[in-house]
Amino acid sequence: MKKEYLQIDKVVGPLIQISDVDDVFYGEVVDIVEISTGNIKKGKVIKIEEKNVIIQVFQNTAGLAAGNSIIKFTGEAFNLPMSLDLQGRIFNGIGQPIDNGSDIFSLVEANINGRPINPMSREYPRNFIQTGISSIDTLATLIRGQKLPIFSGNGLPHNELAAQIVRQARLGDNVNEEFGVVFAAIGVKHDDEKFFRKSFDEANVMDRVVMFVNYADDPIAERVTTPRCALTAAEYLAFEKHMHILVVMTDITSYCEALREISSAREEVPSRKGYPGYMYSDLASLYERAGMLKDQVGSITFLPILTMPNDDITHPIPDLTGYITEGQIVLGRDLFQRSIYPPVAILPSLSRLMKDGIGEGFTRGDHAEVANQLFASYSKVQEVRDLSQIIGEEDLSPTDKKYMAFGRAFEAQFLNQGFDEGRNIIESLDLGWQLLSLLPLTELDRLSPENIDKYFPKKA
Amino acid sequence: MAVKQENKAKGIISAINGPVIKGKNMTSFKMREMVTVGEQRLIGEVIVLEGDIGTIQVYEETEGLKTGQEITPTGRPLSLKLGPGMLKNMFDGIQRPLEKIQELSPIFIPEGIGLLSIDDKKLWSATLTVKPGDLLLAGSSFGTVQETQVIKNRLLVPPNLSGTVVSVVPDGEYTIEDALVTIRDAKNELHELKMAHEWPVRTPRPNAYRRETLVPLITGQRVIDIFFPIAKGGTAAIPGGFGTGKTMTQHQLAKWSDADIIVYIGCGERGNEMTEVIEDFPKLIDPRSGKSIMERTVLIANTSNMPVAAREASIYTGITIAEYYRDMGYAVAMMADSTSRWAEALREISGRLEEMPAEEGYPAYLPSRIAEFYERAGSIETLGGDDGSITIIGAVSPAGGDFSEPVTENTKRFVNVFLALDKSLAYARHYPAINWLESYSGYIKILSDWYEDNVAPDCITLRNKMLELMYEENKLQEMVMLVGEDVLPDDQRWVLEIAKIIKVGYLQQNAYNKDDTYVPLEKQYAMLKAIEYLYERGREGLKLGIPTSQLKNVDIFSQFIKMKYTIPNDDLSGIETLKDEIDQYYEVLFKKYEN
Ligand SMILES: Nc1ncnc2c1ncn2[C@@H]1O[C@H](COP(=O)(O)OP(=O)(O)OP(=O)(O)O)[C@@H](O)[C@H]1O
Ligand SMILES: [Mg+2]
Repeated sequence: MKKEYLQIDKVVGPLIQISDVDDVFYGEVVDIVEISTGNIKKGKVIKIEEKNVIIQVFQNTAGLAAGNSIIKFTGEAFNLPMSLDLQGRIFNGIGQPIDNGSDIFSLVEANINGRPINPMSREYPRNFIQTGISSIDTLATLIRGQKLPIFSGNGLPHNELAAQIVRQARLGDNVNEEFGVVFAAIGVKHDDEKFFRKSFDEANVMDRVVMFVNYADDPIAERVTTPRCALTAAEYLAFEKHMHILVVMTDITSYCEALREISSAREEVPSRKGYPGYMYSDLASLYERAGMLKDQVGSITFLPILTMPNDDITHPIPDLTGYITEGQIVLGRDLFQRSIYPPVAILPSLSRLMKDGIGEGFTRGDHAEVANQLFASYSKVQEVRDLSQIIGEEDLSPTDKKYMAFGRAFEAQFLNQGFDEGRNIIESLDLGWQLLSLLPLTELDRLSPENIDKYFPKKA
Repeated sequence: MAVKQENKAKGIISAINGPVIKGKNMTSFKMREMVTVGEQRLIGEVIVLEGDIGTIQVYEETEGLKTGQEITPTGRPLSLKLGPGMLKNMFDGIQRPLEKIQELSPIFIPEGIGLLSIDDKKLWSATLTVKPGDLLLAGSSFGTVQETQVIKNRLLVPPNLSGTVVSVVPDGEYTIEDALVTIRDAKNELHELKMAHEWPVRTPRPNAYRRETLVPLITGQRVIDIFFPIAKGGTAAIPGGFGTGKTMTQHQLAKWSDADIIVYIGCGERGNEMTEVIEDFPKLIDPRSGKSIMERTVLIANTSNMPVAAREASIYTGITIAEYYRDMGYAVAMMADSTSRWAEALREISGRLEEMPAEEGYPAYLPSRIAEFYERAGSIETLGGDDGSITIIGAVSPAGGDFSEPVTENTKRFVNVFLALDKSLAYARHYPAINWLESYSGYIKILSDWYEDNVAPDCITLRNKMLELMYEENKLQEMVMLVGEDVLPDDQRWVLEIAKIIKVGYLQQNAYNKDDTYVPLEKQYAMLKAIEYLYERGREGLKLGIPTSQLKNVDIFSQFIKMKYTIPNDDLSGIETLKDEIDQYYEVLFKKYEN
């Protein structure tokens, strides 16, 4: 029989401190029962010092006071029941159903913290996923099992882009391989959550989606568990049930802010901008759960979305994310303001895994060269634009004028595409060649003569 | 070395805070002693002792630990077992083989698996080179084992032992735990020598003396070998924001550099990157040995989601393994990707200890830890009288890509080569994105003799000249950004044209191209020499008043840009042909203008 405690010494933000406690373990889950109503809040032991214990509460701590609640130690770590029945269901940030459906019953339980995958057990991801979006497929190719975040800003269409990817991307190799979506909303507006729900409906995948939702007005502390619950479900479906899972998670920025709040309640020494020094490791404990395993079907492809405060890519949240993920898709405000959708800023965007997933046998033999050339030429466009700002477009050299034309066409035709428009990779590559042919051949130093022979549009 | 553990007092856990725990009743424990903690016997190390209270950093997940559980001493500091069986293997931060962990738990790494180390069941074919009566000094060799196809493990007397050989087993098959030689030391005590011996990770292994480093580590990467060379036994840092190419550069060095042994530490980085190494390295053939490069490689992986205390230890595990092979007389190159994650692990532990932070939350001892680490590099004479060296190449991941943060700044103080990666080069897909203006090598002077003797007498002069041209180009570009290129005089435009060839045709080196990924020094030199030739011939034309637009022959220029792909690494005759073409073209052109 586990002991119960009545005395709360201190409540600081999402943390409570109790004393004179015996026989609890680090990470143990506690139930905090409000005596008057019988309402149960959940929490977790995050520090033990002699007989003093600090508990992080996942619900609102308002109203908690000495004497009005009973604290029960459950003797369990934070486990969730796992089953295929998770699919089609909606849960809150600590894994309780919020869709009026029944509880999940299963003998299989998993600890939401997960454990590190042994690098020996991983399979290096190499399979191209066609998203139907030219900029991504050609220049920042998504690979099955990759963690590829979308770096966005407030008001930019990251939700639309994620929804379009969910709708258009083909995850599995063939019909036998099951796929599914795990969606985690962390501190999002009700509208945003509705938007995703509607897009899943439209994409006809609702019965394959597991949703974990923590709304903007839900407790902060629950934001820390929301992604962990979601990834635990994803790991179960991918590695035990051998499905190809796409995890969409928004907004990592809310997650990090919650971390910061808890850290400051714990009076920890902050590092940059008040975020805790362990934020890198903490984010890694989420992102690294993506991947594939050797000799078995199933994968977790991870698309976290984050809004960069002030559109600043050097802010700790995008910065630490970029250091962990396998590239990033960056959205640009200037493109957005010029009505280009999706406003993918290709130069800072990168897919580190694309090298092994493109080319002959995956996409097409010229893919790497076309991508390289588009990057090189478009980066030259930026230089020429800077120059034309100073001396005027009229006074540019003839070659530079061609760069200006190429830049405009590239943005209008290649980057820009419809929310409902899917282009296959061959169409995208051909379009790339078409646009490159606006430049003099002598400028195209990343293309080999063989590919130029084969693909360069012949002028009529 | 069996310690009677039962007799030593056990500690009692009194506080738990993430990877840091406290214990009571620890008066008999020693500082830096390795301990096991709790029912699962998690592995930890004593990092503070105050009265009977001890603080321990735990190398495994601490979820599930309770106060009141036992802390058991092991009687020795955190140590590695050094012996054959490390090459071709991947270990976690405290030298536990990930392959063995996988046998115990197929997918995820659980806690409480205990102390595993190199295989003690495997039989190795040992050749013993000593006989009774021989005097064996500390660090000398008493036999050999062919550890992999390319590396002979020279069985070493531990650095803290010496004596006269009493008995020797015959050559044959033994495990690392079998006694092979018995020696009698000066105090008349007998010691058994085995293939493996233990060594504490935080104590540098001794050597006879340090010497100057006079030979470069040849990497096959043009921007490094020609412009910013690293000496064998030297130190280098590769700082850069995310996605600028630190790992790619480290992988390139691990694959192609001409060290005998590679120790690669994935310190707080991605799991997939270690998987990639495991999948790719065995398939790559070392141009020197003709065998797979995995045959000379030891991997250490503490990925970013593994326990942070083991990240702190992983760097020491790596360098100790490097020193072990150095002591056999090998040139070892060690890559640490990324040292920033190690520094952050220090910061996290320090934070949990509630130490007074210095800059950005890092502990005040950060600079001294960085210095101590890089000081374990060097060219030395081993105790056994051989030449050995350790070259350390550390990646640095500055927060926000800003080089003025504490880890980059302090690293810069203690390394001699600085390969600064540049975000804007990476955005333009100029790879490797090593910024030639910000990078430097402090080894140019001491290595110039080597380059002049082994590559070409004018190699360093050529390098300096071309680097100056790049500096000039940078100044000119600033002007171009203000007024456009057309207004520049022709001699300056010619500099811009040549600089473009150097950038695209020379400094850019595609790691994914099968020929360009590794380029022999002769070709590196010949390519740059050819560019200089074009530059000088063009300047003759400028004197005749020929405009840059005429001097720039599109066909020749495109051949220059592509010569890295079109001229085979083992047949440089194409470069002479290219020079002939330049001569032919300019002869005709100059004639026109001479009249
Ligand atoms: N020499 C090269 N040749 C071709 N591509 C390169 C080269 N160097 C870097 N790249 C490209 O840059 C990408 C990022 O490189 P890398 O993963 O090494 O960055 P990093 O600096 O280690 O980033 P992080 O700090 O996030 O780990 C690679 O995936 C590759 O596409
Ligand atoms: Mg890296």
